Amino acid sequence: MLAAIILVWEVVCRALHVSDFIFPAPSAILRSLGQYAGPISGHALQTFWTTMAGFAIGVGVGVALGVIVGSSRLMYTALYPLMVGFNSIPKAAFVPVLVVWFGIGTVPAILTAFIICFFPITVNVATGLATIEPELEDVLRALGASRMDVLMKVGLPRSLPFFFASLKVAITLAFVGSVVSETVAANEGIGYLMMSAGSQMRMPLVFAGLIVISVMAMAMYVVFAAMERRMTGWATRGMDARA
Amino acid sequence: MSDAFVEVDKVDLAYDEVSGNAIEDVSLSMKEHEFIAMVGPSGCGKSTFMKLCSGLRRPSKGQVIVEGREVSGPLKIVGMAFQNATLLPWRTTLDNVLLPLEIVQPYRATFKRDRGKYALKAKELLHSVGLDGYENRFPWELSGGMQQRVSICRALVHEPKLLLLDEPFAALDAFTREELWCILRDLWMLKRFTVVLVTHDLREATFLADTVYVMSKRPGRILARRVIDIPRPRELEVTYTDKFVSIVHELREHIGRIRKA
Repeated sequence: MLAAIILVWEVVCRALHVSDFIFPAPSAILRSLGQYAGPISGHALQTFWTTMAGFAIGVGVGVALGVIVGSSRLMYTALYPLMVGFNSIPKAAFVPVLVVWFGIGTVPAILTAFIICFFPITVNVATGLATIEPELEDVLRALGASRMDVLMKVGLPRSLPFFFASLKVAITLAFVGSVVSETVAANEGIGYLMMSAGSQMRMPLVFAGLIVISVMAMAMYVVFAAMERRMTGWATRGMDARA
Repeated sequence: MSDAFVEVDKVDLAYDEVSGNAIEDVSLSMKEHEFIAMVGPSGCGKSTFMKLCSGLRRPSKGQVIVEGREVSGPLKIVGMAFQNATLLPWRTTLDNVLLPLEIVQPYRATFKRDRGKYALKAKELLHSVGLDGYENRFPWELSGGMQQRVSICRALVHEPKLLLLDEPFAALDAFTREELWCILRDLWMLKRFTVVLVTHDLREATFLADTVYVMSKRPGRILARRVIDIPRPRELEVTYTDKFVSIVHELREHIGRIRKA
Protein backbone atom coordinates (compact mmCIF):
# COMPACT_ATOMS: atom_id res chain seq x y z
CA MET A 1 0.00 0.00 0.00
CA LEU A 2 2.69 2.40 1.12
CA ALA A 3 4.91 1.39 -1.78
CA ALA A 4 2.08 2.03 -4.21
CA ILE A 5 1.52 5.51 -2.83
CA ILE A 6 5.21 6.38 -3.05
CA LEU A 7 5.36 5.11 -6.60
CA VAL A 8 2.36 7.14 -7.71
CA TRP A 9 3.77 10.20 -5.96
CA GLU A 10 7.10 9.83 -7.76
CA VAL A 11 5.49 9.33 -11.15
CA VAL A 12 3.11 12.28 -10.78
CA CYS A 13 5.91 14.60 -9.74
CA ARG A 14 8.09 13.66 -12.71
CA ALA A 15 5.33 13.61 -15.25
CA LEU A 16 3.88 16.96 -14.33
CA HIS A 17 7.28 18.54 -13.67
CA VAL A 18 6.17 19.61 -10.24
CA SER A 19 8.66 22.07 -8.87
CA ASP A 20 10.71 20.87 -5.96
CA PHE A 21 9.53 23.91 -4.15
CA ILE A 22 5.87 22.97 -4.16
CA PHE A 23 5.86 19.23 -3.78
CA PRO A 24 9.12 17.29 -3.72
CA ALA A 25 9.28 13.84 -5.23
CA PRO A 26 10.16 10.92 -2.94
CA SER A 27 13.53 10.57 -4.65
CA ALA A 28 14.40 14.17 -3.76
CA ILE A 29 13.31 13.64 -0.17
CA LEU A 30 15.42 10.51 0.10
CA ARG A 31 18.39 12.41 -1.26
CA SER A 32 17.95 15.04 1.43
CA LEU A 33 17.67 12.40 4.08
CA GLY A 34 20.89 10.87 2.95
CA GLN A 35 22.68 14.17 2.50
CA TYR A 36 21.80 15.61 5.86
CA ALA A 37 21.61 12.40 7.87
CA GLY A 38 23.87 13.75 10.59
CA PRO A 39 22.01 16.93 11.47
CA ILE A 40 18.67 15.26 10.95
CA SER A 41 19.38 12.51 13.45
CA GLY A 42 20.70 15.05 15.91
CA HIS A 43 17.53 17.10 15.73
CA ALA A 44 15.38 13.97 15.66
CA LEU A 45 16.93 12.79 18.89
CA GLN A 46 16.23 16.14 20.52
CA THR A 47 12.62 16.05 19.44
CA PHE A 48 12.31 12.46 20.52
CA TRP A 49 13.52 12.86 24.04
CA THR A 50 11.66 16.10 24.71
CA THR A 51 8.51 14.43 23.44
CA MET A 52 9.03 11.37 25.62
CA ALA A 53 9.69 13.55 28.64
CA GLY A 54 6.53 15.57 28.05
CA PHE A 55 4.64 12.36 27.38
CA ALA A 56 5.84 10.78 30.61
CA ILE A 57 4.68 13.79 32.62
CA GLY A 58 1.43 13.72 30.67
CA VAL A 59 0.87 10.06 31.56
CA GLY A 60 1.58 10.68 35.23
CA VAL A 61 -0.67 13.70 35.53
CA GLY A 62 -3.28 12.22 33.19
CA VAL A 63 -3.66 9.05 35.23
CA ALA A 64 -3.71 10.91 38.54
CA LEU A 65 -6.38 13.33 37.33
CA GLY A 66 -8.28 10.49 35.70
CA VAL A 67 -8.39 8.59 38.97
CA ILE A 68 -9.60 11.66 40.87
CA VAL A 69 -12.25 12.54 38.32
CA GLY A 70 -13.39 8.95 37.70
CA SER A 71 -13.70 7.92 41.32
CA SER A 72 -15.98 10.60 42.58
CA ARG A 73 -19.21 11.91 41.18
CA LEU A 74 -18.53 15.27 42.74
CA MET A 75 -15.09 15.62 41.20
CA TYR A 76 -16.46 14.44 37.87
CA THR A 77 -19.01 17.24 37.65
CA ALA A 78 -16.70 19.84 39.12
CA LEU A 79 -13.51 19.28 37.18
CA TYR A 80 -14.71 18.14 33.78
CA PRO A 81 -15.91 21.52 32.46
CA LEU A 82 -12.69 23.12 33.65
CA MET A 83 -10.61 20.58 31.81
CA VAL A 84 -12.60 20.85 28.62
CA GLY A 85 -12.25 24.60 28.70
CA PHE A 86 -8.53 24.34 29.26
CA ASN A 87 -8.16 21.83 26.48
CA SER A 88 -9.95 24.02 23.97
CA ILE A 89 -7.24 26.65 24.06
CA PRO A 90 -4.99 26.20 21.01
CA LYS A 91 -1.73 25.08 22.45
CA ALA A 92 0.29 26.93 19.83
CA ALA A 93 -0.94 30.07 21.51
CA PHE A 94 0.54 28.84 24.75
CA VAL A 95 4.07 28.51 23.53
CA PRO A 96 5.04 32.20 23.61
CA VAL A 97 3.87 32.34 27.23
CA LEU A 98 5.98 29.31 28.09
CA VAL A 99 8.97 30.81 26.32
CA VAL A 100 8.67 33.98 28.36
CA TRP A 101 8.51 31.94 31.55
CA PHE A 102 11.11 29.30 30.79
CA GLY A 103 13.25 30.52 27.92
CA ILE A 104 13.73 29.18 24.43
CA GLY A 105 14.18 25.54 23.54
CA THR A 106 13.79 22.41 25.59
CA VAL A 107 11.53 23.31 28.52
CA PRO A 108 8.67 24.84 26.52
CA ALA A 109 8.83 21.84 24.16
CA ILE A 110 8.46 19.39 27.01
CA LEU A 111 5.72 21.41 28.63
CA THR A 112 3.76 21.89 25.42
CA ALA A 113 3.93 18.16 24.75
CA PHE A 114 2.68 17.50 28.28
CA ILE A 115 -0.15 20.04 28.13
CA ILE A 116 -1.47 18.74 24.84
CA CYS A 117 -1.32 15.05 25.61
CA PHE A 118 -2.61 14.63 29.16
CA PHE A 119 -6.26 15.33 28.42
CA PRO A 120 -7.15 12.20 26.39
CA ILE A 121 -5.46 10.09 29.05
CA THR A 122 -7.48 11.70 31.82
CA VAL A 123 -10.74 11.30 29.93
CA ASN A 124 -10.12 7.64 29.17
CA VAL A 125 -8.98 6.67 32.64
CA ALA A 126 -11.93 8.53 34.18
CA THR A 127 -14.36 6.83 31.82
CA GLY A 128 -12.84 3.44 32.52
CA LEU A 129 -13.22 3.95 36.24
CA ALA A 130 -16.67 5.46 36.09
CA THR A 131 -18.06 2.54 34.11
CA ILE A 132 -17.02 -0.40 36.27
CA GLU A 133 -19.80 -2.93 36.63
CA PRO A 134 -21.27 -2.55 40.14
CA GLU A 135 -21.35 -6.34 40.55
CA LEU A 136 -17.57 -6.46 40.36
CA GLU A 137 -17.36 -3.87 43.08
CA ASP A 138 -19.97 -5.62 45.22
CA VAL A 139 -17.93 -8.80 45.30
CA LEU A 140 -15.08 -6.91 46.93
CA ARG A 141 -17.16 -4.65 49.12
CA ALA A 142 -18.97 -7.64 50.60
CA LEU A 143 -15.58 -8.72 51.91
CA GLY A 144 -15.02 -5.35 53.52
CA ALA A 145 -12.63 -3.97 50.91
CA SER A 146 -11.69 -0.30 51.19
CA ARG A 147 -12.12 2.10 48.29
CA MET A 148 -8.39 1.90 47.66
CA ASP A 149 -8.63 -1.89 47.45
CA VAL A 150 -11.43 -1.69 44.94
CA LEU A 151 -9.49 0.84 42.89
CA MET A 152 -6.27 -1.14 42.82
CA LYS A 153 -7.76 -4.57 42.33
CA VAL A 154 -10.70 -3.87 40.09
CA GLY A 155 -10.76 -0.25 38.93
CA LEU A 156 -7.32 0.18 37.41
CA PRO A 157 -7.00 -3.24 35.77
CA ARG A 158 -10.48 -2.82 34.36
CA SER A 159 -9.48 0.56 32.89
CA LEU A 160 -6.26 -0.59 31.26
CA PRO A 161 -7.80 -1.08 27.81
CA PHE A 162 -9.11 2.48 27.90
CA PHE A 163 -5.75 3.69 29.15
CA PHE A 164 -3.82 2.07 26.31
CA ALA A 165 -6.26 3.43 23.76
CA SER A 166 -5.58 6.91 25.06
CA LEU A 167 -1.81 6.35 25.02
CA LYS A 168 -1.90 5.79 21.30
CA VAL A 169 -3.68 9.10 20.80
CA ALA A 170 -1.60 10.93 23.36
CA ILE A 171 1.76 10.00 21.89
CA THR A 172 0.87 11.50 18.52
CA LEU A 173 -0.37 14.62 20.26
CA ALA A 174 2.82 14.84 22.27
CA PHE A 175 4.85 14.92 19.07
CA VAL A 176 2.62 17.67 17.76
CA GLY A 177 3.19 19.62 20.93
CA SER A 178 6.93 19.48 20.94
CA VAL A 179 7.29 20.15 17.21
CA VAL A 180 4.94 23.13 17.41
CA SER A 181 6.97 24.52 20.26
CA GLU A 182 10.20 23.99 18.37
CA THR A 183 8.74 25.66 15.33
CA VAL A 184 7.89 28.76 17.29
CA ALA A 185 10.94 29.15 19.47
CA ALA A 186 13.86 26.75 19.52
CA ASN A 187 17.41 26.16 18.37
CA GLU A 188 17.16 22.44 18.10
CA GLY A 189 14.74 19.75 17.14
CA ILE A 190 12.90 18.73 14.02
CA GLY A 191 10.49 21.64 14.27
CA TYR A 192 13.41 24.04 14.22
CA LEU A 193 14.97 22.09 11.36
CA MET A 194 11.81 22.34 9.31
CA MET A 195 11.48 26.05 10.01
CA SER A 196 15.00 26.89 8.96
CA ALA A 197 14.92 24.57 5.97
CA GLY A 198 11.66 26.18 4.90
CA SER A 199 13.12 29.65 5.21
CA GLN A 200 16.00 28.54 2.99
CA MET A 201 13.57 27.13 0.44
CA ARG A 202 14.85 23.61 0.95
CA MET A 203 11.50 21.87 0.68
CA PRO A 204 12.79 18.30 0.31
CA LEU A 205 14.45 18.75 3.67
CA VAL A 206 11.23 20.02 5.18
CA PHE A 207 9.39 16.99 3.93
CA ALA A 208 12.20 14.79 5.16
CA GLY A 209 11.64 16.28 8.59
CA LEU A 210 7.93 15.51 8.38
CA ILE A 211 8.64 11.94 7.49
CA VAL A 212 11.08 11.53 10.35
CA ILE A 213 8.46 12.73 12.79
CA SER A 214 5.81 10.37 11.54
CA VAL A 215 8.25 7.46 11.60
CA MET A 216 9.05 8.21 15.24
CA ALA A 217 5.40 8.53 16.16
CA MET A 218 4.55 5.31 14.35
CA ALA A 219 7.34 3.48 16.11
CA MET A 220 6.01 4.54 19.50
CA TYR A 221 2.52 3.58 18.45
CA VAL A 222 3.71 0.10 17.62
CA VAL A 223 5.46 -0.16 20.99
CA PHE A 224 2.27 0.75 22.86
CA ALA A 225 0.16 -1.55 20.72
CA ALA A 226 2.47 -4.43 21.61
CA MET A 227 2.32 -3.58 25.32
CA GLU A 228 -1.44 -3.34 25.07
CA ARG A 229 -1.74 -6.73 23.52
CA ARG A 230 0.35 -8.26 26.28
CA MET A 231 -1.38 -6.57 29.17
CA THR A 232 -4.98 -6.45 28.02
CA GLY A 233 -5.29 -9.59 25.96
CA TRP A 234 -8.33 -10.41 28.02
CA ALA A 235 -10.24 -7.42 26.70
CA THR A 236 -9.68 -7.85 22.98
CA ARG A 237 -10.14 -11.60 23.00
CA GLY A 238 -13.41 -11.28 21.07
CA MET A 239 -11.69 -9.43 18.28
CA ASP A 240 -8.74 -11.81 18.25
CA ALA A 241 -11.07 -14.79 18.11
CA ARG A 242 -12.95 -13.40 15.14
CA ALA A 243 -9.73 -12.59 13.28
CA MET B 1 -29.67 -14.29 74.32
CA SER B 2 -31.04 -16.65 71.74
CA ASP B 3 -28.85 -19.27 70.23
CA ALA B 4 -29.62 -17.98 66.76
CA PHE B 5 -26.65 -17.42 64.51
CA VAL B 6 -28.44 -14.89 62.36
CA GLU B 7 -31.44 -13.02 63.59
CA VAL B 8 -33.46 -10.63 61.49
CA ASP B 9 -35.85 -8.64 63.60
CA LYS B 10 -38.82 -6.76 62.09
CA VAL B 11 -36.74 -5.30 59.32
CA ASP B 12 -37.82 -2.83 56.67
CA LEU B 13 -35.60 -1.74 53.82
CA ALA B 14 -36.39 1.00 51.38
CA TYR B 15 -33.87 1.99 48.70
CA ASP B 16 -35.37 5.45 48.53
CA GLU B 17 -38.50 7.25 49.65
CA VAL B 18 -40.13 7.19 46.26
CA SER B 19 -40.30 3.47 45.66
CA GLY B 20 -41.21 2.57 49.22
CA ASN B 21 -40.21 -0.50 51.17
CA ALA B 22 -38.53 -3.26 49.25
CA ILE B 23 -39.01 -5.60 52.17
CA GLU B 24 -41.22 -5.07 55.14
CA ASP B 25 -41.53 -6.48 58.64
CA VAL B 26 -39.27 -9.41 57.92
CA SER B 27 -38.31 -11.49 60.91
CA LEU B 28 -36.55 -14.79 60.94
CA SER B 29 -33.84 -16.56 62.82
CA MET B 30 -31.29 -19.10 61.67
CA LYS B 31 -29.23 -21.52 63.66
CA GLU B 32 -25.61 -22.07 62.87
CA HIS B 33 -24.90 -24.74 60.25
CA GLU B 34 -28.46 -24.43 59.01
CA PHE B 35 -29.25 -24.38 55.29
CA ILE B 36 -32.16 -22.10 54.51
CA ALA B 37 -33.70 -21.15 51.19
CA MET B 38 -35.78 -18.12 50.25
CA VAL B 39 -38.23 -18.42 47.40
CA GLY B 40 -40.74 -16.00 45.99
CA PRO B 41 -41.91 -14.26 42.85
CA SER B 42 -39.65 -11.94 40.90
CA GLY B 43 -38.95 -8.62 42.53
CA CYS B 44 -40.13 -9.72 45.95
CA GLY B 45 -37.03 -8.56 47.73
CA LYS B 46 -34.98 -11.75 47.98
CA SER B 47 -31.81 -10.07 46.77
CA THR B 48 -32.52 -7.14 49.09
CA PHE B 49 -32.63 -9.60 51.95
CA MET B 50 -29.25 -10.88 50.85
CA LYS B 51 -27.75 -7.44 50.90
CA LEU B 52 -29.05 -7.06 54.44
CA CYS B 53 -27.45 -10.26 55.66
CA SER B 54 -24.13 -9.38 54.08
CA GLY B 55 -24.07 -5.89 55.50
CA LEU B 56 -23.91 -4.27 52.08
CA ARG B 57 -27.02 -2.34 53.05
CA ARG B 58 -28.45 -1.30 56.39
CA PRO B 59 -32.11 -1.71 57.26
CA SER B 60 -34.36 1.34 57.27
CA LYS B 61 -36.03 -0.09 60.36
CA GLY B 62 -35.32 -3.02 62.63
CA GLN B 63 -32.11 -4.93 63.24
CA VAL B 64 -29.99 -7.62 61.73
CA ILE B 65 -27.93 -9.46 64.28
CA VAL B 66 -25.21 -11.90 63.31
CA GLU B 67 -23.36 -13.85 65.98
CA GLY B 68 -24.87 -11.71 68.67
CA ARG B 69 -23.69 -8.42 67.18
CA GLU B 70 -25.66 -5.96 65.13
CA VAL B 71 -24.52 -5.76 61.53
CA SER B 72 -23.22 -2.31 60.71
CA GLY B 73 -21.12 -2.98 57.65
CA PRO B 74 -19.80 -5.71 55.40
CA LEU B 75 -18.84 -8.77 57.43
CA LYS B 76 -15.75 -10.78 56.73
CA ILE B 77 -17.29 -14.00 57.89
CA VAL B 78 -19.57 -13.83 54.88
CA GLY B 79 -19.00 -15.33 51.46
CA MET B 80 -21.22 -14.30 48.56
CA ALA B 81 -21.91 -15.67 45.12
CA PHE B 82 -24.24 -14.02 42.64
CA GLN B 83 -26.12 -15.07 39.56
CA ASN B 84 -23.30 -13.70 37.42
CA ALA B 85 -20.04 -15.29 38.38
CA THR B 86 -18.32 -11.89 37.95
CA LEU B 87 -14.85 -13.30 37.84
CA LEU B 88 -12.14 -10.77 37.06
CA PRO B 89 -11.18 -11.52 33.45
CA TRP B 90 -7.58 -10.40 33.80
CA ARG B 91 -6.86 -12.97 36.50
CA THR B 92 -6.46 -16.71 36.14
CA THR B 93 -8.94 -19.02 37.83
CA LEU B 94 -6.56 -19.60 40.72
CA ASP B 95 -5.94 -15.88 41.23
CA ASN B 96 -9.67 -15.26 41.14
CA VAL B 97 -10.26 -17.79 43.89
CA LEU B 98 -7.44 -16.26 45.95
CA LEU B 99 -8.90 -12.75 45.70
CA PRO B 100 -10.73 -12.72 49.06
CA LEU B 101 -7.52 -13.72 50.81
CA GLU B 102 -5.88 -10.57 49.48
CA ILE B 103 -8.52 -8.45 51.13
CA VAL B 104 -9.76 -10.09 54.31
CA GLN B 105 -7.70 -10.00 57.47
CA PRO B 106 -5.98 -12.04 58.89
CA TYR B 107 -5.11 -13.67 55.58
CA ARG B 108 -4.22 -10.39 53.97
CA ALA B 109 -1.36 -9.61 56.32
CA THR B 110 0.44 -12.84 55.58
CA PHE B 111 -0.54 -13.15 51.97
CA LYS B 112 2.88 -12.73 50.39
CA ARG B 113 4.52 -15.05 52.82
CA ASP B 114 1.91 -17.77 52.79
CA ARG B 115 0.83 -17.52 49.20
CA GLY B 116 1.94 -21.08 48.50
CA LYS B 117 -0.16 -22.42 51.35
CA TYR B 118 -3.19 -20.42 50.26
CA ALA B 119 -2.76 -21.54 46.67
CA LEU B 120 -2.85 -25.13 47.86
CA LYS B 121 -6.09 -24.48 49.73
CA ALA B 122 -7.58 -22.86 46.65
CA LYS B 123 -6.52 -25.78 44.47
CA GLU B 124 -8.11 -28.17 46.94
CA LEU B 125 -11.38 -26.23 46.72
CA LEU B 126 -11.23 -26.25 42.94
CA HIS B 127 -10.61 -29.98 43.07
CA SER B 128 -13.65 -30.53 45.27
CA VAL B 129 -15.88 -28.88 42.67
CA GLY B 130 -14.30 -30.85 39.86
CA LEU B 131 -12.12 -28.18 38.30
CA ASP B 132 -8.74 -29.88 38.59
CA GLY B 133 -6.29 -28.61 36.01
CA TYR B 134 -8.12 -25.37 35.29
CA GLU B 135 -6.17 -23.24 37.72
CA ASN B 136 -4.27 -21.36 35.04
CA ARG B 137 -7.11 -20.84 32.62
CA PHE B 138 -8.80 -17.50 32.25
CA PRO B 139 -12.51 -17.08 33.04
CA TRP B 140 -13.53 -16.69 29.43
CA GLU B 141 -12.06 -20.08 28.68
CA LEU B 142 -14.56 -21.71 31.05
CA SER B 143 -18.20 -22.52 30.49
CA GLY B 144 -20.96 -20.82 32.52
CA GLY B 145 -21.27 -23.76 34.89
CA MET B 146 -17.53 -23.83 35.45
CA GLN B 147 -17.42 -20.11 36.14
CA GLN B 148 -20.16 -20.51 38.74
CA ARG B 149 -18.17 -23.26 40.39
CA VAL B 150 -15.16 -20.95 40.54
CA SER B 151 -17.38 -18.26 41.98
CA ILE B 152 -18.50 -20.61 44.74
CA CYS B 153 -14.90 -21.56 45.51
CA ARG B 154 -14.06 -17.88 45.73
CA ALA B 155 -16.94 -17.43 48.17
CA LEU B 156 -15.58 -20.22 50.36
CA VAL B 157 -11.82 -19.72 50.26
CA HIS B 158 -11.65 -17.47 53.30
CA GLU B 159 -13.65 -20.02 55.29
CA PRO B 160 -16.70 -17.89 55.95
CA LYS B 161 -19.24 -18.98 58.50
CA LEU B 162 -22.11 -17.63 56.44
CA LEU B 163 -22.52 -18.31 52.74
CA LEU B 164 -24.99 -16.18 50.83
CA LEU B 165 -26.02 -17.40 47.39
CA ASP B 166 -28.16 -15.13 45.23
CA GLU B 167 -29.72 -17.30 42.52
CA PRO B 168 -26.31 -18.76 41.69
CA PHE B 169 -27.61 -21.43 39.34
CA ALA B 170 -30.29 -19.43 37.58
CA ALA B 171 -28.28 -18.93 34.41
CA LEU B 172 -27.35 -22.58 33.97
CA ASP B 173 -28.99 -25.42 32.10
CA ALA B 174 -30.97 -28.02 34.03
CA PHE B 175 -28.32 -30.75 34.01
CA THR B 176 -25.50 -28.50 35.11
CA ARG B 177 -27.78 -27.12 37.77
CA GLU B 178 -28.47 -30.56 39.26
CA GLU B 179 -24.77 -31.35 39.16
CA LEU B 180 -24.00 -28.16 41.07
CA TRP B 181 -26.72 -28.91 43.63
CA CYS B 182 -24.87 -32.09 44.49
CA ILE B 183 -21.54 -30.29 44.63
CA LEU B 184 -22.97 -27.65 46.95
CA ARG B 185 -24.65 -30.30 49.08
CA ASP B 186 -21.38 -32.21 49.45
CA LEU B 187 -19.38 -29.09 50.26
CA TRP B 188 -21.91 -28.12 52.88
CA MET B 189 -22.01 -31.55 54.46
CA LEU B 190 -18.24 -31.44 54.66
CA LYS B 191 -17.72 -27.93 55.97
CA ARG B 192 -21.08 -27.16 57.57
CA PHE B 193 -21.16 -23.39 57.05
CA THR B 194 -24.54 -21.67 57.37
CA VAL B 195 -26.18 -21.04 54.01
CA VAL B 196 -28.83 -18.65 52.76
CA LEU B 197 -29.84 -19.63 49.26
CA VAL B 198 -32.09 -17.34 47.27
CA THR B 199 -33.70 -19.05 44.34
CA HIS B 200 -36.61 -19.21 41.97
CA ASP B 201 -36.40 -22.94 41.69
CA LEU B 202 -38.66 -24.70 44.20
CA ARG B 203 -37.06 -28.09 43.57
CA GLU B 204 -33.67 -26.60 44.25
CA ALA B 205 -34.87 -25.10 47.51
CA THR B 206 -36.54 -28.29 48.67
CA PHE B 207 -33.60 -30.50 47.68
CA LEU B 208 -30.92 -28.46 49.39
CA ALA B 209 -32.49 -26.67 52.36
CA ASP B 210 -33.47 -27.50 55.93
CA THR B 211 -36.05 -24.72 55.96
CA VAL B 212 -37.71 -22.83 53.13
CA TYR B 213 -39.17 -19.35 53.53
CA VAL B 214 -41.68 -18.02 51.04
CA MET B 215 -41.72 -14.28 50.40
CA SER B 216 -44.63 -12.26 49.12
CA LYS B 217 -44.71 -9.78 46.29
CA ARG B 218 -43.16 -6.39 46.87
CA PRO B 219 -42.98 -5.14 49.58
CA GLY B 220 -41.60 -8.54 50.53
CA ARG B 221 -42.86 -10.18 53.67
CA ILE B 222 -42.35 -13.70 54.94
CA LEU B 223 -45.56 -15.53 54.09
CA ALA B 224 -44.74 -19.08 54.99
CA ARG B 225 -42.08 -21.22 56.57
CA ARG B 226 -41.72 -24.87 55.65
CA VAL B 227 -39.33 -27.20 57.40
CA ILE B 228 -38.06 -29.81 54.98
CA ASP B 229 -38.05 -33.02 56.94
CA ILE B 230 -36.58 -35.25 54.27
CA PRO B 231 -33.67 -37.17 55.80
CA ARG B 232 -30.08 -36.52 54.73
CA PRO B 233 -27.99 -37.38 52.81
CA ARG B 234 -30.36 -36.59 49.95
CA GLU B 235 -29.67 -38.04 46.53
CA LEU B 236 -31.18 -36.66 43.33
CA GLU B 237 -33.53 -39.63 43.25
CA VAL B 238 -35.39 -38.20 46.20
CA THR B 239 -36.70 -35.42 43.99
CA TYR B 240 -39.04 -37.91 42.36
CA THR B 241 -40.53 -39.29 45.57
CA ASP B 242 -44.10 -38.45 46.59
CA LYS B 243 -43.06 -36.61 49.72
CA PHE B 244 -40.71 -34.33 47.83
CA VAL B 245 -43.23 -33.64 45.12
CA SER B 246 -45.93 -32.81 47.62
CA ILE B 247 -43.68 -30.32 49.41
CA VAL B 248 -42.83 -28.63 46.13
CA HIS B 249 -46.50 -28.60 45.26
CA GLU B 250 -47.32 -26.96 48.56
CA LEU B 251 -44.71 -24.25 47.97
CA ARG B 252 -46.02 -23.79 44.46
CA GLU B 253 -49.51 -23.16 45.84
CA HIS B 254 -48.15 -20.43 48.06
CA ILE B 255 -46.42 -18.72 45.19
CA GLY B 256 -49.40 -19.18 42.90
CA ARG B 257 -51.61 -17.46 45.42
CA ILE B 258 -49.16 -14.59 45.66
CA ARG B 259 -48.94 -14.16 41.94
CA LYS B 260 -52.70 -14.13 41.54
CA ALA B 261 -53.23 -11.67 44.34
